[in-house]
Amino acid sequence: MPGLNTSSTADISFMLLIFFLVTTSMDTDMGLARRLPQPPDPDQEDAQIDVKERNVLNVRLNAAGMLMVNHDVMDIKELRARAKEFVKNENNLSSLPEKHVKEIELLGPCFITDKHVISVQTDRGTPYNIYFEVQNELVAAYNELREELSKQKFGRSYTYLSDEQKAAIRAYYPQKISEAEPKNYGGN
Amino acid sequence: MPEMNTSSLPDLIFTILFFFMIVTTMREVTLKVKFVVPQGTELEKLEKKSAVSFIYVGPPTDQLRAQMGSGTRIQLNDRYAEPREVMDFVAQERKGMLNQGEQTISIKADQHTQMGIITDIKEVLRKSWALRINYSASRRN
Repeated sequence: MPGLNTSSTADISFMLLIFFLVTTSMDTDMGLARRLPQPPDPDQEDAQIDVKERNVLNVRLNAAGMLMVNHDVMDIKELRARAKEFVKNENNLSSLPEKHVKEIELLGPCFITDKHVISVQTDRGTPYNIYFEVQNELVAAYNELREELSKQKFGRSYTYLSDEQKAAIRAYYPQKISEAEPKNYGGN
Repeated sequence: MPEMNTSSLPDLIFTILFFFMIVTTMREVTLKVKFVVPQGTELEKLEKKSAVSFIYVGPPTDQLRAQMGSGTRIQLNDRYAEPREVMDFVAQERKGMLNQGEQTISIKADQHTQMGIITDIKEVLRKSWALRINYSASRRN
């Protein structure tokens, strides 16, 4: 029995290859990962969590895309430094978040600002890219702080730490960005 | 001169084919909105693509603008939708997933969108317990 003529298999598989090249996309999706808070419990009315004023960094964006942090109007470029100063509270100032001693694995007892909250409030008219920029800067502030701590404690960049070490660093600087419901801040 | 032996050529091509099948994802929807995502520096890669659903936000594409106007629209699957329809969309997407706990919603929104519509979507996502979200963006150099 003569063998099957397979000279056209190459052409057939070429066709399949071209079909896949056309119908698929290779772009790797990138983005800023966030976690939304849990939906409010309908049984529980006004479960207002009392947060001390010093523990909150109010970041407000109005419809024109202008930024206000606590009571200061500022440029987005300054936000990162401000957020870092706020989260770190290096000199334990009374105007910045209170610090508590917390036992963290691998790091021992640490004096950290675990009760701080960065609250981002937007207007319905705020442009999305400005909001995104603000989120990006806040995440960048946390990432820089974690990087600094990682270098100081483990002598390595955060990227190269083991999972336990990463968890310890994250416990030291927990990301606390809250998003309140939008309000109207000037303009429509 | 003897002819070159091409009997292994199909195998080679098949290997390339499998490579492409693995590294790429099927383009699932026809885009009906156009968007340019914002740029950022602190981006993470979107992992576990099987657990990701996309919500597109932006003005209608040029071909559809004549019928649909130029206001910002939300696209779910292949059609335009209202914010409240996001809830059904999330539930439906979740049904087909193996790892439902890791469901992630990627919001691909145009950078000039107003926050109002994004906030509406986020509120609905919260109500439908789809808490992992991802603001799609491109890397800024």
